[in-house]
Amino acid sequence: MLIELFTDYTLRNVALGSALLGIVSGALGCFAVLRRQGLLGDALAHAALPGICVAFLLTGSKAPLVLLIGAALAGWLATLLLLTVVRETRLSTDSALAIVLSTFFGFGIVLLTFISRSGSANQAGLDKFLFGQAATLVAEDVQTMGLLGAAALLILAALHKEFKLLAFDAEFAASLGFPARGLSVLLTSLIVIAIVIGLQTVGVVLMAAMLVGPAVAARQWTNRLGVMVMLAAVFGAASGVSGALISVSEANTPTGPVIILSLTVIVLGSLFFAPARGLVWDAIRRRQQRAERLSD
Amino acid sequence: MSNPVEIRDLTVSYRDKPALWDIDLSIPAGRLVAIIGPNGAGKSTLIKAVLGLAPVVAGTVSIFGAPYAERRRMVGYVPQRSSVDWDFPTHALDVVMMGAYGQLGWVKRPGKTQRELAMRCLEQVGMADLADRQISQLSGGQQQRVFLARALAQDAQLYFMDEPFVGVDAVTERAIVNLLRDLRARGKTVVCVHHDLDSAPEYFDWLALLNVRLIAAGPFEITFTSDNLRKTYGGTMGAAIRHIEHFEEDRRAGPMGLRSEDEVRC
Repeated sequence: MLIELFTDYTLRNVALGSALLGIVSGALGCFAVLRRQGLLGDALAHAALPGICVAFLLTGSKAPLVLLIGAALAGWLATLLLLTVVRETRLSTDSALAIVLSTFFGFGIVLLTFISRSGSANQAGLDKFLFGQAATLVAEDVQTMGLLGAAALLILAALHKEFKLLAFDAEFAASLGFPARGLSVLLTSLIVIAIVIGLQTVGVVLMAAMLVGPAVAARQWTNRLGVMVMLAAVFGAASGVSGALISVSEANTPTGPVIILSLTVIVLGSLFFAPARGLVWDAIRRRQQRAERLSD
Repeated sequence: MSNPVEIRDLTVSYRDKPALWDIDLSIPAGRLVAIIGPNGAGKSTLIKAVLGLAPVVAGTVSIFGAPYAERRRMVGYVPQRSSVDWDFPTHALDVVMMGAYGQLGWVKRPGKTQRELAMRCLEQVGMADLADRQISQLSGGQQQRVFLARALAQDAQLYFMDEPFVGVDAVTERAIVNLLRDLRARGKTVVCVHHDLDSAPEYFDWLALLNVRLIAAGPFEITFTSDNLRKTYGGTMGAAIRHIEHFEEDRRAGPMGLRSEDEVRC
């Protein structure tokens, strides 16, 4: 299978696409998690579904770029709506997220049903955006994903210092003259890009896990933000590639759930066994302390 | 040169409720200023309004004669310690270097110069040996000193500090007091939100009493009176009044006057 990775057209696209997704969502997810906005990714991903459907209905095209633009616009609209709800009402952020998430997703499902009943010959396959179907990736998709991902990573690398300050102490950042709100919108836009990259591989339902999981696992192993971002990218890529390859070799398994299961293995392993913060070592240390106190 | 802080007709409001009402305040240079008032008096809001972090409804603030946006490099800020997540993946020196981000500007990464500057600032607060320590493994007092060092790295003329003495150990409290005096000796102006009436006259030399409106402002000898405190705390805080009576006794007894009552109580 390893050799086929480089020779087989489908396998190569699947591996590249899911690696890209893992790197971009892993790196960006760190900032979402550190700003306690893990659920924001969930709302944005669910919001992408109606965007995809509307883009298809308006253009009749399933070209990846058209659908991705639809998804990005819907995600962006959901973000604006969310920020407005939080600012103008007395609802807490998590309630506002829940409302926006379910409204957009419900609307998306209705549109999806409508499209599949309309009987157009072209409609088959939109439902792959629910749970992802990596086997359908073509070289053109991977190129689009590569360009988007490279752009997001470049911006993230250039503004690493600014995003770090924003995540740690947004008010201090603002007092220094860095526009906290503008940086926050930019970071959210980059997260929308990560979601768009994951649409075909993981799908909208489980996309949030790709943002949160690698970051949570990486945080267990290091106390340095730079290292955390790198590790999260590696964890994301590893779970993406292994999950996608397993799903492709087992005919027609949806890719998203398998990727998330591989990721879960990494997250659980990190939560339990990471040296300084792992639960297992915590328990051992506590036991040793108790033993010492008893022997005193 | 113009006053470090010049506030005219300042009104700040979150939603419909005014947090600050029609504040006029001029703070002279080279002073250690305490902002004192009850909970919800708008003490932190006053600092945030000066730094452009609160919704100003009306009025103007000028820093050394110009709007804050043109004077950022002259101002240092120490937010409340509880305002950030101390489990953030970073170490003490890295946080202190954030003080230099403003001078660095966009995109440019901190380098050797910033690292050395941050190290000197950590030394000034007695934390040089903990530079590499993950910030969640620092005590509350040490975290506060990291925040002070970060403000020192801003190399400012005017400092705003939000409750720097809250929840710190005795060593840190001493370190902060010494730092404040050192800053004053170098001609800097420091404005602190402070809550402890006992220590206020010892640590600071200039006072602003605040309760949504400004009640009084000026040197302690003039402003720290039971009448002013009653106006600030609305007479509900008997303890505040007792503090002030001690202070007035002390003044009658001279600068080194002993508080016989305190001695007995301890």
